[in-house]
Amino acid sequence: MQITLKNLMRNYENVHAVQDVSLSIPENRIFGIIGLSGAGKSTLVRLVSLLEKPDSGEVWYDDMRVDNLPEKEIIQRRRHIGMIFQNFNLFSSRTAGQNIAYPMEICKYQKDEIKSRVRELLELVGLSDRENAPISTLSGGQKQRIAIARALACKPDILFCDEATSALDPKTTQSILSLIKDIQRKMNLTVVMITHQMEVVRDACDYVAVLSEGKVVEQGTVKDIFAQPKTNVTKEFLSHLTTNTANVRDDGVVIWSDVPARYTLRFLNDRVETPVISDIIREFDVVFNISGAGIQKVGDTKMGTMVCDISGPEEAVKAALEAIKERGVIVEEVQA
Amino acid sequence: MKGLTPAIWKLIGQSTLQTLEMVSLSTLFSVLLGLPLGILLCITSPASQGGIRPKPVLNEILSRIVNILRSFPFIILIIVLFPLSRLIVGTAIGTKSTIVPLSIAAAPFVARIVETSLKEVDPGVIQAARTMGSTNSQIVFKVLLPEALPSLISGLTLTIINLIGYSAMAGAVGGGGLGDLAIRYGYQRFRPEVMAVAVIVILVLVEVIQFIGNKISAHMMAKR
Repeated sequence: MQITLKNLMRNYENVHAVQDVSLSIPENRIFGIIGLSGAGKSTLVRLVSLLEKPDSGEVWYDDMRVDNLPEKEIIQRRRHIGMIFQNFNLFSSRTAGQNIAYPMEICKYQKDEIKSRVRELLELVGLSDRENAPISTLSGGQKQRIAIARALACKPDILFCDEATSALDPKTTQSILSLIKDIQRKMNLTVVMITHQMEVVRDACDYVAVLSEGKVVEQGTVKDIFAQPKTNVTKEFLSHLTTNTANVRDDGVVIWSDVPARYTLRFLNDRVETPVISDIIREFDVVFNISGAGIQKVGDTKMGTMVCDISGPEEAVKAALEAIKERGVIVEEVQA
Repeated sequence: MKGLTPAIWKLIGQSTLQTLEMVSLSTLFSVLLGLPLGILLCITSPASQGGIRPKPVLNEILSRIVNILRSFPFIILIIVLFPLSRLIVGTAIGTKSTIVPLSIAAAPFVARIVETSLKEVDPGVIQAARTMGSTNSQIVFKVLLPEALPSLISGLTLTIINLIGYSAMAGAVGGGGLGDLAIRYGYQRFRPEVMAVAVIVILVLVEVIQFIGNKISAHMMAKR
């Protein structure tokens, strides 16, 4: 489902929440809309998801204009839209499985059909064993998974994610994002992700639009925007970007190779800045293959950590390790 | 305690049954009247207060009626409603006729309790239900009421306890029940032991209702 927005406008009293937004959201892609709080994201998503009518402008789903439909048809249309939220918004009066059943109940699915589809969806989000769990017993990530299953129950063609990962820790965020990506591919969904986290755009989206003060200031493929940001708003977002959290270990070391390395070298204080590695390579017949590194502050001192393999003739490696240790570098070896 | 003859005990038993009859029936009728009114009050309120179908004028009118009925002194209400009781039950005195003013006095109270309980439901959950394409009646019956159920049960407990108090008051104008007994035997015939027993029975009733209400509410919360 392709979504087209034409000159959307929505004001609240004197606040111009959304002013003149035109966007074309391609189908079967993950489209990110990023903006700071107050940029008009929430209003925009309410307009696009037909929860609110714009003051002016048009919303099109494929070749159909939907913003001016009568209430009855809007309700029908909404049944083919999935939406997940920052606070999950699950029904506390229902178990996990009954939450997933809700949209099917209101769409008048048969009882047996609901039952089997609930099972299917629980499996899809990896929570088959929690069907009868009360909502309060689920973790944040599990709640969002149930919310995703619920959003997908009636086989929607669009999935809106309104700050869906903002209440989750980085690890859970990653797992939710990869679930959404996975589902997007499997179900041919058009996914619209509203967020204030550039990490989410980087890790999940194909396209992005940057929203500022109710206007789209920049849009394009994520690759292009990241490579050549044009506006200050976008640059600001990019500057806050932290390293890809999936590859950062708890000790702050960034790992960029999947192959586990044998040695961990720790450089303390003043030695952080001396060219130990270069010296060793010049002196011995060894090669370093660095697969990860990072710097940590330990109290007042800095500690550099490097994860690497050292290869070369056995004798040379041994001698090189000794020399490294002599220079005050701590060497930890993972026994293979 | 020698005043408490078997005949008096029998009377106390009958009065207790009368009170139970009054309270249970008026609870039923006040809920029948108050629940729809409370739902209406909630859904017609402004969208900012969680109204899913704002109707400002209707909401204002309903709200006024509820306020007037709630501030009306109960004892006066009974007298004002004598003609209505006579019309519905055929008489203005006795247990059955007291059910009319009791129900009408408690209905606005129930309405407010329902309204408050429903408004406490997380707006995000209602928004989620709307995005899924729920109709307004589906939101009311499948989301608002089930989500607010523990709070509604607490409110119902409170209503029953209030009605026990009101039913005792109704005794003053010939309503029957434990209040009537306490006034006629205990006060007017100078038999404080009868009054004491009547009051103790009322206290026990209140305690039992509160206990059961708390248990049900807690049981529901534990399952969420």
